[in-house]
Amino acid sequence: MATKTFPVEASHILMFARSVGDDNRVYADADYAKTTEAGGIIAPPTFAQASAQFDPDYFLRPKVGQPWFGSGKNPTGITRSAEGGGGGGGGGGLHAEQHFEYHRQLKAGDVLTATTFPGKTWEKEGRRSGKLVFSESVTEYRDQNGELVITARGVGVRTERPVEQK
Amino acid sequence: MALSAKNLKVGDVHTAKLVEDLKRTQIVQYAGASGDYNPLHTDEIFTTKVAGYPSVFAHGMLTMGMTGKMLTDYVGDARLTKYGVRFTSQVFPGDDLEAKAMVKALTEKDGVTLVELDVSTTNQNGVEVLSGYAEARVDA
Repeated sequence: MATKTFPVEASHILMFARSVGDDNRVYADADYAKTTEAGGIIAPPTFAQASAQFDPDYFLRPKVGQPWFGSGKNPTGITRSAEGGGGGGGGGGLHAEQHFEYHRQLKAGDVLTATTFPGKTWEKEGRRSGKLVFSESVTEYRDQNGELVITARGVGVRTERPVEQK
Repeated sequence: MALSAKNLKVGDVHTAKLVEDLKRTQIVQYAGASGDYNPLHTDEIFTTKVAGYPSVFAHGMLTMGMTGKMLTDYVGDARLTKYGVRFTSQVFPGDDLEAKAMVKALTEKDGVTLVELDVSTTNQNGVEVLSGYAEARVDA
């Protein structure tokens, strides 16, 4: 179980909405947002995923003083260990599924506490990438009053080799 | 504007173009905003030479985020109660994506009217890249 604090800020929502190509003013313009049913700046449906920014140990962000597996002088900055990653995933596999349940609308100004619980793991033989190992995790996002705001369930998959392209 | 149940029926379809000719820069933008800096999405050298893919490819969550815009444009702001997907194929730079929501059921729970939707996003070759569902509160 891992816990982190995730402050939901309007500027972060603005940048996130831009990145998914969503120009809805309810994510960007506080004065406009006040006049809508939402009542203020709200977060887009998949915004909870950006809680990765607030996870000090998130493994897909380069960290000061630590090796990074992306390219620099060489195509990768690390020497792969025998058990490292599996083919095709690069760092930790691919994202297979994501599910959100919204108990109430997430808004700018909320301060969430995210608690992640490990879920099931299972295996399957894939047609295009060899053996697939799936693993699930469930994250509960609670607000400053301890109320549950979002329940998220993610499924990751490690592939034996890169996914063949059709 | 939110939807009203009296104007909806099972089988109704809403579609939206999400992106034409997806740019690597948008994928970089998503990496920065989401905090997911996996080089598979932004580092062509790593992805082709080390990971063995033909090019960088989009975060599944970028496709889910873009598809989310189609949903909130359709059902209205602050109306979603559930949204879940499977990533069924990779999305590459240059792809065009179109998303579709189809009304699967209209239900009522604790006096709240809900619409259940089947959600699907396909690329320019007709390949489904995302398959899922959503549920939203609608007006009676």
